[in-house]
Amino acid sequence: MSETTGGVEMDEDVSGVIKKFLYVNRKAPYGTIYALESLEVVLIAAAFDQDVSLVFLDDGVYQLAKGQHTKTIDVKNFSPTYRALEGYDIEKLYVEKESLEARGLTAEDLIVPVTLLPAAEMAELMDGQDIVLSF
Amino acid sequence: MKFGIMVNEGPYTHEASDTAYLFAKAVLEKGHQIHRIFFYHDGVNNSTRLTEPPQDDRNIVTRWSKLAAEHQIDLVVCVAAALRRGIRDENLAEGFRISGLGQLIESGIQADRLVVFGD
Amino acid sequence: MLHTVNKSPFERNSLERCLQYAKKGSAILLIEDGVYGALKGTAVTDKVKKAMKNVSIYALYPDIEARGMQDKAIDGIRLVDYGGFVDLVAEHRNVHSWL
Repeated sequence: MSETTGGVEMDEDVSGVIKKFLYVNRKAPYGTIYALESLEVVLIAAAFDQDVSLVFLDDGVYQLAKGQHTKTIDVKNFSPTYRALEGYDIEKLYVEKESLEARGLTAEDLIVPVTLLPAAEMAELMDGQDIVLSF
Repeated sequence: MKFGIMVNEGPYTHEASDTAYLFAKAVLEKGHQIHRIFFYHDGVNNSTRLTEPPQDDRNIVTRWSKLAAEHQIDLVVCVAAALRRGIRDENLAEGFRISGLGQLIESGIQADRLVVFGD
Repeated sequence: MLHTVNKSPFERNSLERCLQYAKKGSAILLIEDGVYGALKGTAVTDKVKKAMKNVSIYALYPDIEARGMQDKAIDGIRLVDYGGFVDLVAEHRNVHSWL
């Protein structure tokens, strides 16, 4: 691989390389900006033809809760965007079973279809990644 | 080995940017390369030239600029996160450039390791 | 895999979750306020000691020293400087920061 020189666009080096990117979401929406800006990264990542997975654990599961209405706090409701991910070929969404249960939620409470995984299997999934991004 | 570094918190409030800086220096001292340092979330506040800490404190912003100048490090500030927080070319410190999130993904692809520093 | 934890175990659940996720043979590096999880005689000491049977636990010494905790690290936790941090990242295939 040749060295990049700095202000480059996507160059020769990038094409052909497919890495496994995992986006770890552990924070609730609205209280802080992390969930929203994390989603913005995921949308850009879709253009790079990488192997993308999203995991939601701990308070991150609240990002996917149905029925978010944000008008009265004057913040954009970005939860519908999770439903649009499929259109970007981002289809691997995993929710940790224990986190969901601990919060009294089930898959029916979520805005998108997800794969529920127990923590032990999530750990396996995480272990097999090339890049793990957390926010 | 080529390292990518992501900084997600602003200077002074959180230790993340200090840790990231000291980590980056150690990467170079060990003879590795830094592919890029990407600033996101409040991390974009590491790049404003308007920063003026008290004289007896470290200057986190100029410290990054110096590192970039001495080792030709690519310091990239996310454009969307920057504009949201009032960071523009006019107040950008030496050595930083504003660009898109694609630069982060590209760093993940091209570097051998990508390390995230944040809250 | 290398995991880093930068939160005090008395403030957030990052260390606890990390200990659950860290598979046998992986490594955990405690940095920033995460180093409070590396100390003797605390409410989490036993949990950390138990985990040390399966995973290697490291702590960033500059952060321990900064907080005045230099003589309190659990025996067997390896203390590293920033160069050691770099080595750990280089030695492991991937890294997850438990932010």
